[in-house]
Amino acid sequence: MEDLIALAFTAFVVENIILTQFLGICPFIGVSTKRSSAVGMGSAVIFVMLISSTVTWVLYQHVLVTLNIEYMRTIMFILVIASLVQMVEIFLKKVSPPLYKALGIYLPLITTNCAILGLALININEGHSFVETVVYASFIGLGFFFVMYIFSMMREKINRAPVPKAFQGAPIALVVAAILAMIFSRFGGIV
Amino acid sequence: MNVKKNFLKGIFEENQLFVALLGLCPALAITTTLENAIGMGMAVFFVLVFANIIVSLIMSNDKLAELVRPVRIPVFIVVIATLVTIVEMVMHAFLIDLYNSLGVFIPLIVVNCMILGRAEAFAAKNKPFDSLIDGAGMAVGYALGIMILGFFREVLGKGTLTIWGSLQVDFGFVFDFLGIEPLELFTSPVGAFMVLGFILAAVVAIAQHRKNKQASSKDVK
Repeated sequence: MEDLIALAFTAFVVENIILTQFLGICPFIGVSTKRSSAVGMGSAVIFVMLISSTVTWVLYQHVLVTLNIEYMRTIMFILVIASLVQMVEIFLKKVSPPLYKALGIYLPLITTNCAILGLALININEGHSFVETVVYASFIGLGFFFVMYIFSMMREKINRAPVPKAFQGAPIALVVAAILAMIFSRFGGIV
Repeated sequence: MNVKKNFLKGIFEENQLFVALLGLCPALAITTTLENAIGMGMAVFFVLVFANIIVSLIMSNDKLAELVRPVRIPVFIVVIATLVTIVEMVMHAFLIDLYNSLGVFIPLIVVNCMILGRAEAFAAKNKPFDSLIDGAGMAVGYALGIMILGFFREVLGKGTLTIWGSLQVDFGFVFDFLGIEPLELFTSPVGAFMVLGFILAAVVAIAQHRKNKQASSKDVK
């Protein structure tokens, strides 16, 4: 149990998916201009990350390893993720239209979000067990949400600040992200 | 179509990294040394050029294109994933050090938005030869972009410049002369974001400067 708590904390801040592992930078820069869109993207990612990590883990351990075709993992994982995203979209549309309305436009973008495929591969490379995969995936997703939310608030403030012309938009966002990363890099000593 | 123009657009005006801001994740993650950036650039070059050729061959055959069109995104992804798997296996067999230092970012070339973007935006609508040139130009532009990042981060962060294997230039004497240590910050995530931010600002500034110059020279005429 203690191991799991340590793993959860590691996933949440120490190995934060955006600021220390550099996965999911595209939505981090692209969708963080408004707080509402950051929340939408963050929630959609938490959701898809958890489902896709568990499904790919089961398929890898029980299909690919059994058949001895581990080298097919990249192709299989990306197809599984693409179809899962589609399925989640259809499912949400039927079951919960308000939730679909909130997350709908972010779901198609998630297929090419490298954080999802990256996490599925990390879980395999690190040799996580099933329970560890579930815990790790949920907290990595929460960490993604957390950083997206903080960053979107910072960007809302930057929009009102007098920024030099050349730095407007993405460049200043990256410099701010650097300062945010500086804070997160210091969590490394805790676990 | 003008071959030279088609090739050069990927390097300058449509540079996928600095202008379109695509493929940021590997650009930030693996540019701790110049060598890694060169390796990544080669991998992306191979995948992008062949993906463009194959997609273009599929889509320029009328019968096949009709069959593929409704499910084209999954088909493109499978083509790209297959090529990436080939790169991964070749690197594992012949370039094990590079394979280890690039790690999870080799399979992640699959979800590099740039490659799917070129397949959808260019290769699906153009002839195989034009697509080859386009892919090569875009890949060279991207590779140069990450090499610039790698250059600054390695020189500032480690005081060395690794071109390939043991072919290494040592800039330690500059740091000795200044009486400081190499700034380790630049090899960490912090430096990655910072360097890319400043390079992007420089690119924007240069583009604006050229625009102003053009505008003023027109006024004189």
